[in-house]
Amino acid sequence: MDFTFLLQLLINGLVVGSIYALVATGFVIIHKSTGALNLAQGEFLMVGAYVCLYAMTTFRLPFAAAFPLTLAFTALLGVLIERVVLRPLLGSPVISVIMVTLGLAGLLRSGLQFFFGTDTRAFPELFPSAPVMLGVVPVSQGYIWSVAGVTVLLTALGLFFRYSRAGLALRATASNQQTALSMGISVKRMFALSWCIAAVVSAIGGVLLGAIRGGIDMSLGHMGLKVLPVVILGGLDSVPGAIVGGLFIGVVENLTGGYLDPLLGGGVKEVVPYIVLVLILMVRPSGLFGRKKVDRV
Amino acid sequence: MLKLDGIEVVYGGAVLVLRGLSIEVPEGRIVALLGANGAGKSTTLKSVSGLLASEGGKVTRGSIRFDGKEIAGCAPEELVSRGIFHVMEGRRVFEDLSVEENLACGGYRRTDRSGMRADLEMVYDFFPRLRERRRQQAGYLSGGEQQMLAIGRGLMAAPRLMLLDEPSLGIAPLLVQEIFRLIERINRERGTTILLVEQNANIALGIAHHAFLMEGGRAVLDGPAESLRSSDEVRQFYLGFSDHGGKKNYREMKAEIRRTHGGEVNDGIA
Ligand SMILES: Nc1ncnc2c1ncn2[C@@H]1O[C@H](COP(=O)(O)OP(=O)(O)OP(=O)(O)O)[C@@H](O)[C@H]1O
Ligand SMILES: [Mg+2]
Repeated sequence: MDFTFLLQLLINGLVVGSIYALVATGFVIIHKSTGALNLAQGEFLMVGAYVCLYAMTTFRLPFAAAFPLTLAFTALLGVLIERVVLRPLLGSPVISVIMVTLGLAGLLRSGLQFFFGTDTRAFPELFPSAPVMLGVVPVSQGYIWSVAGVTVLLTALGLFFRYSRAGLALRATASNQQTALSMGISVKRMFALSWCIAAVVSAIGGVLLGAIRGGIDMSLGHMGLKVLPVVILGGLDSVPGAIVGGLFIGVVENLTGGYLDPLLGGGVKEVVPYIVLVLILMVRPSGLFGRKKVDRV
Repeated sequence: MLKLDGIEVVYGGAVLVLRGLSIEVPEGRIVALLGANGAGKSTTLKSVSGLLASEGGKVTRGSIRFDGKEIAGCAPEELVSRGIFHVMEGRRVFEDLSVEENLACGGYRRTDRSGMRADLEMVYDFFPRLRERRRQQAGYLSGGEQQMLAIGRGLMAAPRLMLLDEPSLGIAPLLVQEIFRLIERINRERGTTILLVEQNANIALGIAHHAFLMEGGRAVLDGPAESLRSSDEVRQFYLGFSDHGGKKNYREMKAEIRRTHGGEVNDGIA
């Protein structure tokens, strides 16, 4: 077996997986603090990629300006969606909230299609194209930047949740809303903040993905479909679970794509994550990192 | 400091729970709110702290004044900022947060960092057991420790008015004594005004200055804690040991207190 090939697949898997991890983290943050399951998480990723592309091509902004603009735009979008779409549903059954986010996904997607069309659009080159050698394996610089970016972002998020006042308030809200209210924490604001963070984090994933792929089209939305197996695998309300789940699914997908697809014909890559998911859920019904609820009377 | 005047509270637009309740809490005092299960004690506290709305309740009549200003319908975060803190029934700690993080949440609305640090030390001095377990996940504390944490969180808010809902719930008698001594200390040493809801009338009257007795959503009797305490009938009435009907019994009791204490007792329903 070709060792370099294996390494190449592993690296590809980790890179894609790290972006899955970002999107899944957004999903988990929303679910943990508001209880909503957001099926439009993949669309946030698309919005991020397209807005950044638009700012760089149509407005001819340098990346250093386009990127913050993208973040600001998606942050606003997240807050707006919470305020206008989700807030009126407070207290509605989970299933209605899911349906609404599904509708939201459709809306965002058709909006993007309307503005940008369905053609693949070239993403401006952000990283030098010459690969660097990691040992014996050539790795594109975009991959390295992308993984570094995701790592920095997730670390920053972790620190934010652990040490900042707003992070503490978010965790308190996730733990018990009524009690959080009694502390003087504005739960509504925390909901808006979680949507904001989730949108921004996914959008960053979108920008990175656009940059490493070199072009974007509507198929970016497929990333969003992977969020479900990833978060179910990791446990719906565990951020570490989302990260491990994302990397895991990314790697499994690439390995099966590299080794099994040529043997069994295409498509195995798409199915295997779900098979793995079912197998793992049979052993651990609440996912790898499913919340160990404190049980005492 | 706090004055509720003829308030009515409705849950879900249909269930009338408070029916013209009037109570007053003077600054610097401990006032006890007694009454049977379902009398509306917790609802009263929630209407003061603004937590009613999130449970589908609403003050539909009357006024709630804090420092002379109307606060009925204010958002809880605003009321916390103004100095009202509600320690809810059933020691609701944030289970997944550590003890110290729970305490930090109590001080969420405060901006004076040095004051908060000092208060953290004070809470640990009040409750040494919390200091030992400061890094531990709060969900794994014992019931009594969780109650201490809930009260400690209230202290971290440095409120001017603390609403305490059944701090003795599910706690061993010895610890109950300890917690009530602490409540007394908080009132004495920090000058915190306290509105205390308690099932254990005896112990509540032991530390309170004044008490109200609630029945069916209104205050049916109030007076200085000592005079209520020294009256066996109050306890009998309150604990429901009597075999008379409620209203009649309470009228008899009022007469009895009047006889022994001379007109100090006010009648909530006149
Ligand atoms: N969220 C709610 N929705 C509807 N009814 C409620 C709600 N909360 C309380 N009630 C009703 O209001 C009445 C008073 O409740 P409350 O909790 O204020 O009583 P309490 O005096 O605190 O009783 P306990 O001593 O048992 O704690 C009860 O009949 C209860 O069923
Ligand atoms: Mg109660």
